[in-house]
Amino acid sequence: MTSRFSLFRLTAMIRKEFIQMRRDRLTFAMMLGIPVMQLVLFGYAINSDPKHLPTALFAQDNSVFTRSLVKGMENSDYFEIVAHPETAKEADNLIRTGEVQFVLQIPPNFSRDLQRGERPELLLDADATDPAATGNAVTGIQLLVATVLNRDFEGPLAILRPSADPVNLIVHRRYNAEGRTELNIVPGLIGVILTMTMIIFTALAMTREVERGTMENLLTMPVRPLEVMMGKILPYVIIGYVQATLVLTAAYWLFDVPIAGSLWLLAFVLFFFVAANLAVGFTFSTLARNQLQAMQMTMFFFLPSILLSGFMFPFRGMPQWAQWIGEVLPLTHFLRIVRGILLKGNGLSEITPDLLALLSFLTVVSIISLNRYRQTLD
Amino acid sequence: MSQTHHAEPPADAPLIINVSGLTKSFGSTKIVDGIDMQVSEGEIYGFLGPNGSGKTTTIRMLCGLLTPDAGTGTCLGHDIISESALIKLKVGYMTQRFSLYEDLSIRENLAFVASIYGLKKPREAVRETLEKLGLETRANQLAGSLSGGWKQRLALAAAIMHEPKLLLLDEPTAGVDPKARREFWDEIHQLADNGLTVLVSTHYMDEAERCHKICYLAYGKLLARGTVNDVIRQSGLVTWLVSGNSQRQINRLARELTARSGVEMVAPFGATLHVSGANDNALDAAVAPWRNEAGLSWKKVEPTLEDVFIHMMQSASDNFG
Repeated sequence: MTSRFSLFRLTAMIRKEFIQMRRDRLTFAMMLGIPVMQLVLFGYAINSDPKHLPTALFAQDNSVFTRSLVKGMENSDYFEIVAHPETAKEADNLIRTGEVQFVLQIPPNFSRDLQRGERPELLLDADATDPAATGNAVTGIQLLVATVLNRDFEGPLAILRPSADPVNLIVHRRYNAEGRTELNIVPGLIGVILTMTMIIFTALAMTREVERGTMENLLTMPVRPLEVMMGKILPYVIIGYVQATLVLTAAYWLFDVPIAGSLWLLAFVLFFFVAANLAVGFTFSTLARNQLQAMQMTMFFFLPSILLSGFMFPFRGMPQWAQWIGEVLPLTHFLRIVRGILLKGNGLSEITPDLLALLSFLTVVSIISLNRYRQTLD
Repeated sequence: MSQTHHAEPPADAPLIINVSGLTKSFGSTKIVDGIDMQVSEGEIYGFLGPNGSGKTTTIRMLCGLLTPDAGTGTCLGHDIISESALIKLKVGYMTQRFSLYEDLSIRENLAFVASIYGLKKPREAVRETLEKLGLETRANQLAGSLSGGWKQRLALAAAIMHEPKLLLLDEPTAGVDPKARREFWDEIHQLADNGLTVLVSTHYMDEAERCHKICYLAYGKLLARGTVNDVIRQSGLVTWLVSGNSQRQINRLARELTARSGVEMVAPFGATLHVSGANDNALDAAVAPWRNEAGLSWKKVEPTLEDVFIHMMQSASDNFG
């Protein structure tokens, strides 16, 4: 053994390292897959200036001014009129369920008051649970209203052209009047933390049995697959509740997050969300050959979950394909539910569509994992 | 190695394992190829063969860990294909690798096994087992911190806690010191005396000699079975034991004999040489030129089990390898 640095030995080490890298296909795939995934997600999917936000038009006055206002809004690219509610209740429901981001309310006698120069009120209700999603649109509309309306006062009406402010635009930032980001982030954090920890816990717990050889012993004993799966999952459900409670407590006491809805309802939904993530972890564990692979698969799932669910970036800012992927992920639906319950005070009926999506995800993944779980070593 | 002679089970004892045509492939390679096996109650049945010969795969098929591709038969009176769940209840299996939880204590491991098997009085069963092992004082020690010999004893104790009728041991003494090995085998014999049937795979010849019956597996095929003497006799192998004056002479002789036709195997044992062949006359003719060499003394001996196994392995590789 010489003490001099040997290029020869270094080369031998490097060569061995590359051979091992090549053998571990999954790690190799991750080395290329993660950068590609990040490029696509950050480069194409994420957009912090969302456009074409679904807007409901609650028009109680139909005139040339209303029409040009709507046209102007749509031309701004920020708004897209998708619904025409007839009543205030209907309009309110649209925003509560999250079907629309905005409701523009045009009061009766709008054009008459406008022509009289009485600065009629124009009410824009914004779902401000995610301040980032509404911010630019709200800023945009102030300017837009003045420009659009002033253009209509032409010819003989030009003398009526109001100065700078033809209407009294009232923007009503609902659920988060001060536009505090933490009201959006902190409840969402419950979902993010659970997604990460639950999947890792189960994926590792099962893979560990295989890696350490205890699986072989377990399989020879008279224990059924469902018993193994539930026995592996249920302890982590409890851990999941503890984690959720921790974040919720912090949200309430430290971050002043309102709890507008029912905590029992949240606890109920939490069960299915946790179970869905655990089922994902269980499925990973049936695919991974060792704990490292299980960790890597978790990363592969976690990255799109955090980026495409609407946690970090406005869901509606993403292109259609990214939204479709997002719709598949359990975190997306849980975020809508948890924000709905805590901030908007949503009840079971408002969260049902997202709850059903969670349940379908849970069912499909459970079936896959139970089918993948082998009672033999075949 | 047979200081402790134990009675063989009576000839009319019922068959605990009775399978035929057992076959299993992984990909395109047949790991186990049409094995027939009969093991009677109370028998210690040795399972021998080189690495990769299909021993572990066969054991796993018997206890329902693997589904055979072909073959029929019963284990403890239950169909090995359709009733593997019932078989599991009555079989104790000790895996090649320590497969209890290293991060659980000895007591916790035993308690887990006891409840999975649904023992009536799990707490008592654990206490009795600890007592029998002499591990009461160390019951709270983590299983992972035990030495190889103790791990093996613990694994055996866990495997028989639910009082199985059949015990499957997959190379139970690999990496265990000679004293622990001997104690282990004494216990196996005690269990067999009480009517437990034991199927044990091993690489050690001395362990093979402590079995009531053995079978030899190579390339997934069963090449020989019976008592140790049966297997040696069936092989038809003839062996010369040559001792010489010097190690150099023996080494030279080994080199010269190796290539001769009629000589199948030349194996040095210290200062002696085992020269074996399947054909008596051909072997004698092959060694004739050296028979009268000064300093060498020649003696015909019964081949050892090891000679027989290596011979079988070589001819098997000629036939199937």
